[in-house]
Amino acid sequence: MKRSQDRLVRYSPLDRANHWTMVIAFVLLALSGLAFFHPAFFFLSHSLGGPVWARILHPFLGLVLVLLFVAMAVRHVSRNLLGENDVQWMRQIGDVLDNRDDKLPPIGKYNPGQKLVFWALVVSIAALLVSGVIMWRPWFAGYFPIPLIRLASLVHALAAFVAIVTIVVHVYAALWVKGSIRSMTQGWVTRAWARHHHGLWAREQEEKQRREQQP
Amino acid sequence: MINSQNIIARSATTTPPPQARSHVEEVAKLIDVSKCIGCKACQVACMEWNDLRDEVGECHGTYDNPTDLTAESWTVMRFSEHETADGNLEWLIRKDGCMHCAEPGCLAACPAPGAIVQYANGIVDFDSNHCIGCGYCITGCPFDIPRISPKDSKSYKCTLCSDRVNAGMEPACVKTCPTNCIEFGTKADMLDRAAKRVGDLKALGFRDAGIYDPAGVGGTHVMYVLHHANDPNRYSGLPKDPRISPLVGAWKGVTKPIMAAIIGITAFAGVIHYVTKGPKEEPEEGPDDDPTTLGYDATRRRDDADDRPHGGDR
Repeated sequence: MKRSQDRLVRYSPLDRANHWTMVIAFVLLALSGLAFFHPAFFFLSHSLGGPVWARILHPFLGLVLVLLFVAMAVRHVSRNLLGENDVQWMRQIGDVLDNRDDKLPPIGKYNPGQKLVFWALVVSIAALLVSGVIMWRPWFAGYFPIPLIRLASLVHALAAFVAIVTIVVHVYAALWVKGSIRSMTQGWVTRAWARHHHGLWAREQEEKQRREQQP
Repeated sequence: MINSQNIIARSATTTPPPQARSHVEEVAKLIDVSKCIGCKACQVACMEWNDLRDEVGECHGTYDNPTDLTAESWTVMRFSEHETADGNLEWLIRKDGCMHCAEPGCLAACPAPGAIVQYANGIVDFDSNHCIGCGYCITGCPFDIPRISPKDSKSYKCTLCSDRVNAGMEPACVKTCPTNCIEFGTKADMLDRAAKRVGDLKALGFRDAGIYDPAGVGGTHVMYVLHHANDPNRYSGLPKDPRISPLVGAWKGVTKPIMAAIIGITAFAGVIHYVTKGPKEEPEEGPDDDPTTLGYDATRRRDDADDRPHGGDR
C-alpha cells in the first residue's frame, strides 16, 4: 500500500475499537427497537434472541451505547464546533453532492455534514436515554406517571427515527467517500485524501509531522 | 385461544382479522353502582375462578383491600366518600377493572402480534403466551388497568371470564353478586336494563343518573349505572371522557408507516445518488507533486473556480 510517510493518522486504535463496538450496539438496538416500533419489523426481535429477550436486553444495550457514545463525544466535541469555511461549505452543498470538490473551501477534521451527524446523534441519544429510562419495565416505568410514559414513548420513537436516519446517511457517506472506511478500520488516510477532503486538517497534521521530525 | 375465528382484532397485526363471525352478539357486563354494597364477593369469586392468590396486603385505614389492581387482583372495590353541596355524605363504591373497550388502547399500543386479542363478542383478552412484558398496554390504556407481574413480567387484567362466557356461563363476579348489582347479557339487553334503572333512579331524585358507556373508546363492554353520571370522577377517579391519548395515537398511528417509509427512502436515495453521481475520490497524486506543499489555495472561492463538467475531473 502507501509508504508510511504518505500516511496521516486519523483515528487511534482506541477510537476505532470504540466506533466498531458502537456499531454493533447500535445495529442491535435499531433492529430490536424497530421490532417494537412496527409489526412489519417484529421478526427482527430475533436479533436479540426472541421477543422477550429483546425486551429485556434492549435497554441494557442502550446503556452500553450511551457510555461508549459519551466517551467518544467528550473527546471529539471540540472538533465538531462550527469552524472556518464551514458556512461557505454549506452554501455550496450542491457542489458537495455533485462531487465538484475542487470548488469547495478547505475544511478541518470534520465537514459540516459530519458535524451535523455528530450533533444529531448527541441530541437523539440524549433523548433516547431519558425517554428510555422512563419507559423501562420492569425497573423504572413504575415510578413515573402514565401520561409521562406516553410522552416518553413518542419521544423515544421520534428520537430513534432521527438516529436511524442519521446513521443511514452516515453509512452512505462512508461508502460514498472512498478511503474513509479504511480510516476507521485501519486508522490512516493518505496525504492526498486528507488534502482533498480536509485541507485545513491536512495542513495542521503535516505541520505537526514536520515539527516531530525536527531533532 | 378460544375459537380463533372469533378474533376480530389482534395486536401488532396489519392484515384484516377473521370476518366470518361478524354476526356474533356483543356481550356486556352491567355494574349498577347504586346497588353495590361493597361486600367484595366479586373479588373473591374472581380469585376463585381464575385461581389467583395475591399477596396479603396491609390495612390502610379504609375498606380498600387490596388498595389497587395488581397482576393477581383483576378487580377491586374502590370506596370514596363524597360530600355533597348540602353537606350530606355519599359513600360511593365502584368495582374497578377492565372496561373491555370497543376500541382498546392496550391493543393499539401492544407491539407483540397476538398478545392482545378482541373477540367478536367484544371481550378483550390477553394471550400471555405472546406477551413480552414491555408494558405498552399500560401506556395505551385510558383507564390504568393492566398490571405487569413482578413474578413473570407478563401483563394481566380481567378477562371478562372469556373462558366461562365461551362455555355459555356468566362471569364469576356476576354469578356471585348478592345484590344483583352486576348483570351480564347481550350489550343491547344490558343497555335496556340500564335505561330502566336510570329511570328508576331519576324517579328517586337522582336527576343526573345515567349510563357510563363512554363513546371516546367506542363504547365499553363493561358499563356502569351511576347516580351522578355527570361527574364520574367522583367514583374514585373514573374518567369523564376516556379516549386513547393523542400521544399514543401519534406513537402507534400515523408515525409508524411514515417514519418506516422515510428510513427506507433515505437508504434508497443513497443508492440513487451513488449510481448517478458516483463516489467521491481524491485525484491521484502525480509523481512531481511536492508532498510538502498543500494542494489548495484557502482564499479561493466558488466564483473564480473554473467550471468543470460534473463528476470525473481526473
